[in-house]
Amino acid sequence: MKLIENVSRHVSQHVSRRGFLHGALVSGVFVLSARFVPEPLWAAEGEAAAPAFEPSLWMSIAADGTVTIVAHRSEMGCGSRTALPLIVADELDADWSKVKIEQAIGDPKYGDQDTDGSHSVSSCFDLMRQVGATGRVMLIGAAARQWNVSAKDCTTEPHFVVHRASGRKLGYGEVAAAAAKLPVPKKEDVPLKPRSEWRYIGKEQNSLFDLPEIVTGKAIFGMDATMPGMVYASVEHPPVLGQKIKSYDDKAALKVPGVQKTLTIETFEPPHQFQPLGGVAVIADSTWAAFQGRKSLKIEWDIHSSPHSVYNSGPFRKTLEATSRQPGKVVRNIGDVDAAFTKGGKIIEAEYYTPHLAHASMEPPVAVAEYRDGKVLAWVPTQDPQAVQATLAGVLGIKKEDVTCHVTLLGGAFGRKSIPDQAAEAAVLSRQLGKPVKVVWSREDDIRFDCFHSVAAMYMKAAIGPDGRPTAWLQRTVFPPIASTFDASATYGLDEMGLGWNDLPFDIPNHRAENGPADFHVRIGWLRSVANIYHAFAIHSFADELAHNANQDPAHYLLDLIGPPRIVALEHEGADQKQRYPLDTARLRRVVEIAAERSGWGKRAMGKGRGMGIAAHRSFFTYVATVVEVEVDSRGQVHIPGVWTAVDAGTVVSPDNVRNQVEGAAVLGTSLALFGEITATNGVIDQDNFHNYQIANIKRAPRHVDVHIVKSEAPPAGIGEPGLPPFAPALCNAVFAATGKRVRELPLSKTKLV
Amino acid sequence: MIRFKVNGKEKMFDGDSDMPLLWYLRDVAGLTGTKFGCGMALCGACTVHQNGAAIRSCSTSMKEVGGAEITTIEGIAPMHPVQKAWMEIRVPQCGYCQTGQIMQAIALLKENKNPSDQDIDTAMSGNLCRCGTYQRIRAAIHQAAKETA
Repeated sequence: MKLIENVSRHVSQHVSRRGFLHGALVSGVFVLSARFVPEPLWAAEGEAAAPAFEPSLWMSIAADGTVTIVAHRSEMGCGSRTALPLIVADELDADWSKVKIEQAIGDPKYGDQDTDGSHSVSSCFDLMRQVGATGRVMLIGAAARQWNVSAKDCTTEPHFVVHRASGRKLGYGEVAAAAAKLPVPKKEDVPLKPRSEWRYIGKEQNSLFDLPEIVTGKAIFGMDATMPGMVYASVEHPPVLGQKIKSYDDKAALKVPGVQKTLTIETFEPPHQFQPLGGVAVIADSTWAAFQGRKSLKIEWDIHSSPHSVYNSGPFRKTLEATSRQPGKVVRNIGDVDAAFTKGGKIIEAEYYTPHLAHASMEPPVAVAEYRDGKVLAWVPTQDPQAVQATLAGVLGIKKEDVTCHVTLLGGAFGRKSIPDQAAEAAVLSRQLGKPVKVVWSREDDIRFDCFHSVAAMYMKAAIGPDGRPTAWLQRTVFPPIASTFDASATYGLDEMGLGWNDLPFDIPNHRAENGPADFHVRIGWLRSVANIYHAFAIHSFADELAHNANQDPAHYLLDLIGPPRIVALEHEGADQKQRYPLDTARLRRVVEIAAERSGWGKRAMGKGRGMGIAAHRSFFTYVATVVEVEVDSRGQVHIPGVWTAVDAGTVVSPDNVRNQVEGAAVLGTSLALFGEITATNGVIDQDNFHNYQIANIKRAPRHVDVHIVKSEAPPAGIGEPGLPPFAPALCNAVFAATGKRVRELPLSKTKLV
Repeated sequence: MIRFKVNGKEKMFDGDSDMPLLWYLRDVAGLTGTKFGCGMALCGACTVHQNGAAIRSCSTSMKEVGGAEITTIEGIAPMHPVQKAWMEIRVPQCGYCQTGQIMQAIALLKENKNPSDQDIDTAMSGNLCRCGTYQRIRAAIHQAAKETA
């Protein structure tokens, strides 16, 4: 069963869009529709979701002037649900206080709705501007007709059309109905505002649309969604991926007050894709009763039904590391590293290792669904409502169009909520019960049955010239790939290569990047910045090692590695990939220089046990440099008094949101660098809640994070993820500066510092 | 029969007295501003007030709330200076943990009108935020303290 047509869900490089607009009058309301054709996300894929030709609705203006703008991307805390309508409102010249946002259901008419890859703004910026600007032209046209003047003599101020000469004004609501009857102007007849006239884009005052509801507890997350007559379900999943039930006894569970019955969910047949894991569901009249009932279930699992009970993290690490020492598949080649290595000179090798991570969003997976008459209605905190449609349709054997997926707010997601297996559980159970079902995962379910960030081993080797610079740089990465989600035999990375591995921005004459094979034994998913996390850790730790080897200042050495300002078009520089925007080393240099300057790099006396580290990484077209200062106390505990990050994300919609995202990335980075580790024993995950999968609290988080946004008129780039990759290497480089101890594996707690 | 008050209203409960207050609030009373995060009092998303003090409702059973006054985020009205500061500083990202953070912060300011950074860190250390908004939480509590001074 091929549930998901588009395997490449996380790469934004190849997205482009064409817009088509037309107006329509719907019950006296001016409705502006647009349809657009998304091209395949990944050029090599070839079988991406079919282009959407159905018209879709983006905004409407009611007679009272209320502007309703559709948000077709999900809100998980990164600001997409606010940013996209804000762009429309700016070009429309709407008064933001009169704007309502309507969250779109899953529907291909909106094009791609997968809120991941930090590309909601970068992919939709032009379209959203065009939608707003087209509306403005039509409103002006309607007012001009009413006044019998030329549209050229009219302009707008927020929510009004103004006739310049006479100063006459008409409110948007007053001309909305007339505007809707006008022909939709061609794209070339729709002027976009010059940047100097933007009222909202790039402004400090922008805040999340849902802020008032969030602080008063009225915001509706997936956990808060209800349907009349619904029951609650909690599912005991197979402890090892793919295991099936041999037998089970629910007598004791059924005696628990509030428990109504138990039902089984069939274990998926590989590949697992986004299908339910299987198991026994306890149906109850409250979440608590369902949780309690599960504790009394007695299930015997068929231990021979899954190949994954062999998974033990210690031995698996050794396998990954052994693979990383062998030649792998070449994913980028410049010059001839082998020839350079045989020429002699100093050779430096290092190996790095990072473990699995769990997302641990504060809101565990949850969904409400009702199956009735061959159709499903679902409320899901999902990053991709179309994936919910495809998954539920595949599991239930119905048409995608017969799955209506409403999107709630997401209580954090970080990539986990791209995968809607819990919604499929709710739908499958609802079909059996004949009533709506709310499936609630406990924190233990969330951590033990996550779609984990991959474990990875990296091998690095450099030949060093007399000036201390590398003449050759070889890097190998080995990890169970995300592609194993869709193909159980997949062992090599696909999208992961474009996530910080085939785009080394250094000026080195001989360079080769390789990828070795690895088997999967747990679900591997996308976690905020994905493979960039382990790739940036290896690359920027190694760069720091080479700097110290050369006895040079790491920040100066990093700038020297990046080399002179130039444009790196990967397709001409040894990689089989074309990016939407080539890498601009001038922008990378600039963020390094700014972060160093703001941190007082090289200018402040550090004292015993203190040190600073630096790293710079481009991901999702955003250039980020981070300096971390650490203090390592006498017990070896790492404190982080300061973090300085410079960000060039191109054109920014909401600067304060950029700062908030980057501040947050430093905290998530602290969690993963200091504590983050998921391990398996005989295929069973060892961690299950915040006591053994620790995340940083207010005391362990960096004390102060300074974020500098580089002013730029470049196209908008990503902001949800790019703050994360440079953090862990900058932190570990600071630890080296403070203690002389080189950290080559995460979490940092594995390295004895005193 | 357990008798208690929620946001000033008399309530009675005769179900499973071992059920945590959290699930009464969410699944029975429909007060969903109080969030489920961990079920083990490790994350603070479920923080409410019992007789004015911050408690973790996920680990407080119904039998422990007999006679108590429970206040949830829905019972904080009109808008508290802490909530206003949360909006001005623009603390939230996803927002899921923030009602618990706010309830914890309100309880802190009731006890300590002018908390230091260290006081704030100690009081807030049991409230986790995966988005990482701690720096803004600290700033917002200082701002709310100024407002209420």
